[in-house]
Amino acid sequence: MQRKHHIVKVLFIGWLAMTAGSFTLAADQPKAGSTADHSKFKELQQEFQSGPEVTKACLSCHTEAAKQIMHTEHWRWEYLNPKTGQKLGKIHIINNFCTSSQSNLKACASCHIGYAAMTDKGVNDDETLVDCLACHDTTGAYAKPSGLGGMVYAHDVEVGGKRIRGENLQKMAQKVGKTSRKTCGACHFNGGGGDGVKHGDLDSSLEDPDKKLDVHMDSEGLNFTCATCHKTDGHNVPGSRYAPTAVDKQGVMIRGKEKDRNPATCQSCHGQKPHKDKNAAKLNNHTNKLACQSCHVPAFARGEIPTKMFWDWSTAGKRDESGKPLVIKDENGHAIYMGIKGDFKYGENVKPDYVWFNGDVEYTLRDTKVDKAQQPVWINKFEGSPHDGRSRIWPVKTFRGKQPFDAEYKTLVVTHLAGADDTAFWTNLDWEKAIESGMKAAGLPFSGKIDFIETISQWPITHMVAPKDQAVACHECHSQGGRLEGVLGVYLPGRDRIEWLDNAVKVFALLTLLGVLGHGLLRIFTSKKH
Amino acid sequence: MSEKIYIFKRFERFWHWGQAGLIIFLMITGFEIHGLYSNFGFEKAVNLHTLAAWSLIGLWLFAIFWHFTTGEWKQYIPTTKNVAAMANYYLFGIFRNAPHPHRQTQLSKHNPLQRLAYLFILVIVGPLIWVTGLLYLFYDQWLVWGLDGKLTLDLVALGHLIGAYMMLLFLIAHVYLTTTGATPLSHIKAMITGWEEVH
Repeated sequence: MQRKHHIVKVLFIGWLAMTAGSFTLAADQPKAGSTADHSKFKELQQEFQSGPEVTKACLSCHTEAAKQIMHTEHWRWEYLNPKTGQKLGKIHIINNFCTSSQSNLKACASCHIGYAAMTDKGVNDDETLVDCLACHDTTGAYAKPSGLGGMVYAHDVEVGGKRIRGENLQKMAQKVGKTSRKTCGACHFNGGGGDGVKHGDLDSSLEDPDKKLDVHMDSEGLNFTCATCHKTDGHNVPGSRYAPTAVDKQGVMIRGKEKDRNPATCQSCHGQKPHKDKNAAKLNNHTNKLACQSCHVPAFARGEIPTKMFWDWSTAGKRDESGKPLVIKDENGHAIYMGIKGDFKYGENVKPDYVWFNGDVEYTLRDTKVDKAQQPVWINKFEGSPHDGRSRIWPVKTFRGKQPFDAEYKTLVVTHLAGADDTAFWTNLDWEKAIESGMKAAGLPFSGKIDFIETISQWPITHMVAPKDQAVACHECHSQGGRLEGVLGVYLPGRDRIEWLDNAVKVFALLTLLGVLGHGLLRIFTSKKH
Repeated sequence: MSEKIYIFKRFERFWHWGQAGLIIFLMITGFEIHGLYSNFGFEKAVNLHTLAAWSLIGLWLFAIFWHFTTGEWKQYIPTTKNVAAMANYYLFGIFRNAPHPHRQTQLSKHNPLQRLAYLFILVIVGPLIWVTGLLYLFYDQWLVWGLDGKLTLDLVALGHLIGAYMMLLFLIAHVYLTTTGATPLSHIKAMITGWEEVH
């Protein structure tokens, strides 16, 4: 018996060593298809003491990379909408999640692709502050801690009593490669402060999705990365939600031919007549009214990660018996109340709402007047109409919130949430201090009068494309009370009818029937008499 | 013994019953598409409706050809003669066992009211349904045909629906009137065998 155990143990340890060995072997190989093995580059064979040192080494070969990056939204967090003239981007907008990145940059900028390059005053365009590893790490271990404005450390350090793990920068630098779902997702899956919180169609379930969750990103199938569709040109990633392409009337995109076109539209690969099988003609002619996503993304948050649907800041501030901010969790372990954030509601497998959308988005910004009598305030309004000739019906996530505003100046406010200082709301749960400090950081006036106002933001749903047999079925829209119930301006068979006409005909048909039956009965009755 | 004459030729009978079946099926599927009830499911109803419509168009092309080559189109020439007598018969005479005012022959197989009713179906209801139905079906070609902006789908759908409703009312009356022959089933028998028992 003892010996048997021993043999099993030896075999098990041997198996472990073998598999571990083969993993290391595989990991040491340069990425298939790459012409460069970065581990052989002399510049990368050094003990890096900081992130910027890595960048310096990268730039010694990739001389233009940082300059390219600095023109992008990824770097600037700023977008000037040429149509509305509105200055948008994370650095300018107010949303109904954590309201504003400004005044919270130490926390928010851990998702910036720079090493503490963002400040409330703007962005520091020192090339060595570009964070190459944030996007090009392939080890999966690179992580930017919160609270450091996007900095990372080469060694374990203690900051404000908290121990922060250092990164193995040499190993990561030697293994750089293409971006992946994981590197893009490190930021984009976690928008709004957690996995899946903001978008609903982007969360960590897309790191390794199956076909059911996303036909394109299916890791066993097509295995698209984000950049397969969001094909970069000079580090510029196309497909911004500040200026979405609502309608793409062009055919399949020929590489290199159409420079100004967004390659991340469905049409740029599938063309204008994508359906080939059953009902192809009928389905293809739906494309003059519907975005592809309306049928092909039947629900969002389908990867078992819930997305936030509602956030009420007005209830924040409660503490538990020990004086700490109160936390209440639902049966799945998701916080539905947090003293520092207020009440939440989540959704999984959420059917989107549908709106006419032409690509124009009007934002309620920090200086826009808001009126409590006209709440909810639309943080961003998707514009479009059935009659403008350039709108399609799009699926959207509607996110509702209740957030602080200046009751006298009637503007939405920047709230200072995160930080080690005494004015941060997450430190002392004091709105007055938090808003005063937030507005000051943004250089905006604040009257001191705080109230809460209902807000709505909408998010286009475009990821998590389901297999075709799970697309939205005809009757889900072609019926009364269906998905498109509230979308007007289009005649929808099965939904739209003239009630009185149908009723009149029913009455008329019934009368005709009664008439002929009466006639018949009378004939039977009279024939007996003869 | 009553007299029998051969009224309905083989193709005519085939056309009649084929058309009857298809029209009833088109109503069943069409009213489902319209959202009045649920049976096949929207998608299947649309597909079956379209298939039945094409079958009926095919049948009609043959029927039109047949009517012109045989001269049978003359059966639908309207006449005002005896219309009042026919109405009078259905309203009163039929209950008194009065003689039928119309004598069926091979050259005049429809009574004056039938002529009017069928002509109405053929030149008003039929074309309304076909034109609106084809416009509905080829909605995606409106731009190519230069109809975009001139027509709206809700108007086309409304026309199609009104056509269908008229057909429904016709059907109810038509089915009932088949029982007003020499015997209650003699008209139906005639439409099956071709031989009509005359009054």
